[in-house]
Order: sequence, then structure tokens, then C-alpha cells
Amino acid sequence: MTSATSPELDRLIQLLARLPGLGPRSARRAVLHLIKKREQLLVPLADALHSAAEHITICATCGNVDTSDPCAICVDPRRDPATLCVVEDVSDLWALERAKATRGRYHVLGGTLSPLDGIGPDDLSIAPLVARAKDPAVTEVILAVNATVEGQTTAHYVTDMLHDADVKVTRLAHGVPVGGELDYLDDGTLAAAMRSRTPF
Amino acid sequence: MEWHDDGIILGLRRHGETSAIVELFTPSHGRHLGLVRGGRSRRQQVVLQPGNSVHATWRARLDEHLGTFVIEPDVSRAAALMESQTALYAFATLAAHIRLLPERDPHPEIFVRFMEALPLLPDPQAGAQEIVRFELTLLADLGFGLDLTECASTGGRQELVFVSPKSGRAVSREAGIPYADRLLKLPEFLRLEDADASTDDLAAGFALTGYFLKRHVFEPRRIALPVERERLIARLKS
Ligand SMILES: [Zn+2]
Repeated sequence: MTSATSPELDRLIQLLARLPGLGPRSARRAVLHLIKKREQLLVPLADALHSAAEHITICATCGNVDTSDPCAICVDPRRDPATLCVVEDVSDLWALERAKATRGRYHVLGGTLSPLDGIGPDDLSIAPLVARAKDPAVTEVILAVNATVEGQTTAHYVTDMLHDADVKVTRLAHGVPVGGELDYLDDGTLAAAMRSRTPF
Repeated sequence: MEWHDDGIILGLRRHGETSAIVELFTPSHGRHLGLVRGGRSRRQQVVLQPGNSVHATWRARLDEHLGTFVIEPDVSRAAALMESQTALYAFATLAAHIRLLPERDPHPEIFVRFMEALPLLPDPQAGAQEIVRFELTLLADLGFGLDLTECASTGGRQELVFVSPKSGRAVSREAGIPYADRLLKLPEFLRLEDADASTDDLAAGFALTGYFLKRHVFEPRRIALPVERERLIARLKS
């Protein structure tokens, strides 16, 4: 098939099309848009990508993605050293940061126990978490993992592994989401919300 | 190609940004994978949780294709499983065992045992008994069934309290006592359907099935028994 675009543009379109949420069609539109906004978008984007590729690293302490190792959260003296918040992925860490949900530091597991994906305990960052939790400064580990069967199986496994660390282990509540109408909730969520009700 | 069946969701894996590959255990089509388009939407994610019973329609152009599932909810069990550590470990153990079966190969007896076990998993004692019984059924299905009906040496049917690790056959108390340290214990709940099981009985049951599963099934495939099974046993003892 002959192409109306040059090999450089074809390559750009192909690469963009591999991004989450984009297909070939939206990648072509994005490339056209970038070309039209050459100075405002294309050049700054190219610079930002180049800089990211050069500087971005994974924090060896918590697993966060940043331009420094340890990351900005791990070295921030205003963060509470007594609390470790365990998440499945960096995207969850970012979500909690956006919500300013915790002042503690984080620990990224790198996924959940998932036999279909071939992920077992040794593929997750569990041993480093246990080592961090054994630091006497740490008193609470919050398991902020997804309310899925695999997420919760992983949470229980992690709790078992934390048995010898002298920490309180807590998990996020399962229940009615903000804006959630009871009528529209599934039975399981409703029952879980009822079981974990709190004094009012 | 198209079929309809009821099944239990065993596991799932992300596929792209919006879809999921779902692993279903069904009575007539065995363990079967398929793509669920939009499987990662909020509405679908609630349905596509391991442990839930669903109605499934599978379609593919050719039989050997992965194919797509259209899935409708039937019985929601995931939230109840998520309330209990032992239930989650128990479910993960059963799912790992079912993964030993070849894909798309019906195993009706195992399916029946699985369905009997599922509602009992939130009860740690009853759930553990069901897992040991499931493991006996699995061993039999894979061609390594134990004979627990009569004594291997006397032929008697009374007081069967041991199992020979060599033959996988029951041994009576009288015949077994002299070699007791070399025999596996046969807890009563594996011979009588409604016998109560103590913590020791459950541990003996897991040791019995674990021994044969390891020797005949897991070691030959160079895999370890599921970690969740190990954690479940540790939990029951504590
Ligand atoms: Zn960090």
C-alpha cells in the first residue's frame, strides 16, 4: 500500500498509535495537530520527551517514577515517616497524590498476584516492603489496593508477610462511592458497605 | 462457532485499555478463555470478578480462535469472598488446581465438586474440608485416585485411619500401627461425608492430598503447590 505521508510521519503515527487510548485514526489526527502547532506543541513535546527519556528513573525505595532516586516524595521531610501506603501501580500513587489522600510515603507493589499473567509473590515488591516496614519509625501500613478479588488476595498475602513487622495494617473501606445511589449499586458492594458501616 | 453455557469466573487479565481476557470454568466446555470487549468498564468490572457465576455466550470465526465472550451476571460471590482471608486463599487454591486441566476440556465431576465448594468457602472449616475433597476428586480425575474404601493389607472396611504413601490405598489401624510413622493419616471426614473435622484433621487432610498432588501432579510439571494453599493451611493452624 502506498502512503501519502513521508516515512518520518508514518513512523510518528505508528508510534503514537501504540499509546493507550489512541488508534491509527486518532494518531493521524494528533500528528496533523502537532504539525499545525509546530512551535506551541511539536517542539516543546519533542523536548519534553527527550528530557523524560534522559532523566526519568524508578525510585529504588518506593517504586515511584521520578527524575531523581530516591524520589521527591521519599526525600520530602514533610511526609509522615510513620505511614507507608501500599499501592498496586504508579498510576494509583498518582491518584492518591492528586487527591492528597495521605501524608505518608508510598510503596508500589508493581501489580497483584495474578496467575493468568504469571505474576506470583516473587514478581511483586513484597520483600522490600517488609524490609521497609521493619524500620522502627514505621507504625502503620495502609493497603490501598483495588477492591478486586486479586487485589484483596494480594492484600491478605502482604498482611501475612508483614506479620513479623511491628506495624498496624489497615485497608481502604469498601462501600458506597461518592455520588453513588444505593439503587444502582451491585449487591456485593451494598452488602460490603452495610457490613463496614461506621457510627454517625 | 457459538455456544452458551453457565460458568464461574476463575481469573482475568487486562487486554488493551478497555478489554479483558476472561478465564471461565464451565460444565460443558471446561476451562475456557475469551475476550470481553469493554470488560474494563465500571459496569463490567463488577461482574467480571473471580468467583462470580455468569451466563456466557462464546463466539469465534474459527474454533481455534480466542473468541469473544458476552457475559451476563448470575450469582455475585466476589464481595463475600473478599470479606474473608481464608475464602480468598481457598478460591485461589481451587482456581490454581483447575488451571492444571487442559483448556476447553470438560471435567464434569470436578465442576460439580467446585460448585459444591464455592458457597462454603467463606466458612473456614467447611471451606477447608471442601478443598481437600476437591483435591481428592482432582487426583482421581488426573488418573491418580486414592482408594480409601478398604484396607490394602487386610481388605477390611473398618477403622481405616492410614493411607500408604506408596500405593495410595487405605490401611486399617490394626494393620498400620507397626508402620505408623511411614504412613499418611486418613482423617475421618474423608470417609464419612458428615463427620466433623478438627484442626488436626484438616491439617492431616491437606498433608494427604498435598503429598500425592506434589508427587504425581506438581513435581512432574516442575511447579510448586499454590502459595495460597500454603497460606490457607498456616491460617487454619493459627
Ligand atoms: Zn520513592
